[in-house]
Amino acid sequence: MQAFKKLIATVMPLDRANIDTDAIIPKQFLKSIRRAGFGPYLFDEWRYQDIGEPEMDCSQRPLKQEFILNNADYQGAEILLTRENFGCGSSREHAPWALEDYVFRAIIAPSYADIFYNNCFKNGILPIVLTAEQVDQLFQQVLPGYQLDIDLDAQTITTPTGQEIAFDVDASRKYRLFNGLDDIALTLLQADKIIAYEEERVKRAPWLFV
Amino acid sequence: MSAKTLYDKLWDDHVVSTEEDGSSLIYIDRQLIHEVTSPQAFEGLRIANRIPWRTARNLAVADHNVPTTDRSVGIADPVSRLQVETLEKNCAEFGITEFDMSDIRQGIVHVVGPEQGATLPGMTIVCGDSHTSTHGASGALAFGIGTSEVEHALATQCLTQKKSKNFLIKVNGYVSAGITAKDIVLAIIGEIGTAGGTGYAIEFAGTAITELSMEGRMTVCNMAIEAGARAGLIAVDDITIDYYRDRPYAPKGEHWFMAERLWHNLHSDPGARFDKVVEVNASLIKPQVTWGTSPEMVVAIDAKIPDPVDEFDLIKQQSIQNALQYMGLEAGQAITGIAIDKVFIGSCTNSRIEDLRAAASVVEGKQRANNVKLALVVPGSGLIKQQAEQEGLDKIFIAAGFEWREPGCSMCLAMNADKLAAGERCASTSNRNFEGRQGYGGRTHLVSPAMAAAAGIAGHFVDVRDWA
Repeated sequence: MQAFKKLIATVMPLDRANIDTDAIIPKQFLKSIRRAGFGPYLFDEWRYQDIGEPEMDCSQRPLKQEFILNNADYQGAEILLTRENFGCGSSREHAPWALEDYVFRAIIAPSYADIFYNNCFKNGILPIVLTAEQVDQLFQQVLPGYQLDIDLDAQTITTPTGQEIAFDVDASRKYRLFNGLDDIALTLLQADKIIAYEEERVKRAPWLFV
Repeated sequence: MSAKTLYDKLWDDHVVSTEEDGSSLIYIDRQLIHEVTSPQAFEGLRIANRIPWRTARNLAVADHNVPTTDRSVGIADPVSRLQVETLEKNCAEFGITEFDMSDIRQGIVHVVGPEQGATLPGMTIVCGDSHTSTHGASGALAFGIGTSEVEHALATQCLTQKKSKNFLIKVNGYVSAGITAKDIVLAIIGEIGTAGGTGYAIEFAGTAITELSMEGRMTVCNMAIEAGARAGLIAVDDITIDYYRDRPYAPKGEHWFMAERLWHNLHSDPGARFDKVVEVNASLIKPQVTWGTSPEMVVAIDAKIPDPVDEFDLIKQQSIQNALQYMGLEAGQAITGIAIDKVFIGSCTNSRIEDLRAAASVVEGKQRANNVKLALVVPGSGLIKQQAEQEGLDKIFIAAGFEWREPGCSMCLAMNADKLAAGERCASTSNRNFEGRQGYGGRTHLVSPAMAAAAGIAGHFVDVRDWA
């Protein structure tokens, strides 16, 4: 996994609440057995005028110009600013895969759905939680080219005017994301504890081990 | 020892280790696997040269992509076919049991798990699917995960998790005739919202819940995720124990008696502390119909579609406007006046035998309305299909102009050939009414099986309570 230390990037505002993972990446693209290549289909139904199909070449598809992802002024934005309950619904990790593949490395919102939030950390994406008021303030400030400076180690966002906004993140999630660590390798360091747990559990619930 | 909630008990029972920031390594008793969220996980194992920690704790079944029509001709869509074949290959390579399309036990993963006794009380259960919350109906801790965690659970039989908060939803009293588990859970979501349970494990309790069959309890827990909670839970009682007795994967002989003793403790202790409590009066719940593009956009059958001008929160106001536009509806319109094009009876929410019985009893001796182009009935598993056929339900549906299909997820998420065309309106027993969920531009109204069946006969939504 790609480590996340600092990110200085422009912001794209997506002013809508309860954006679900079906909207982030529609179901037909979940038929892929690969992990990469979902970026061109990110927000497919909001982004294109036609119906997307897996492995379609998107370069010639008619765009819905009013959708912000198609706005030339926000191209290259790596920070997505959005509203509450982002990523609700389906557990599909294809949602963070698509966001990451498109180019988003950080998201700022008042809240996220639990599974989506968790999935972001497995894919080098930092989902930042700010208060609804702080998010509102950023929505008022954001214009094309509006840049934020995100520092995971310091847990701060710095605005162009130098205002510093602090955010919370669990220590263990931060550690893994900051260092881009392989979760499985870390867990396997505790293999002896897992075995000890099983040895004790089999006495209480032997039917789980037959 | 202090009083514990059911969730506390399940959590404590599975902690392998805990880190300083409170996140814990949790042991996973059962992983269910399907074709959509697992290929990249198996690929990850191969790349890292890893094998499953405990192969037998995994059970796989293809459900999302499978056709609900004649299986003998295989899967027409080459992309879907490759995904289903990939699951078969991966399971064969890693030695994991899979119920393939020709197996009568094949069906929707969340229907198959309990039916086989592969998911049991007291277990931790995961699956790369958000509706894993279904299995919490048996007093288990069950939650959906992403593909990275599918790989992690395969490789280590554990997951790193942070403990959720405890949320008790008590549904007091009794529902009136014609009100189902689906109406109860939709009413709850309407009350607490789709993010009301975010960060919590929800325990459903109260007489209206304990009165439910296991099937009904699964419907309620299934939609905990639509209230934002990864896990929904219901305490174990005799209904739970009786349901699991003699299931193929349930403990046998001495182990069964041992399990039974242990499982009877799977309830919240008197005086256990919850971080949040909501009480609902069951007797006030009416048949529910969603009108918008989020499950929280739900009203009773006798209500009207809300007007965005009555909403003071500007973000919510915008959401209502977006939803009305997408759904092709007007504020103030009566729900009973909404005509439908299709009916879908199925999904991990409502495809179990009692759902099919409820729908069949509504359509028996009647005919699908002329404006309803298609009414699909998709059983949750091959065994449910067989049982329904033994009871003659298939004949009732077919005589009424409903189609009787093979088991799978089908039009709940339209990954196979069953989907809505743009602008088509569907009375659906599934769980999500998101934009495009049942097909590009499709319009979904979530209802109970009896309500969906009645809409298929009437051609528009009707109140099943006074409609027979």
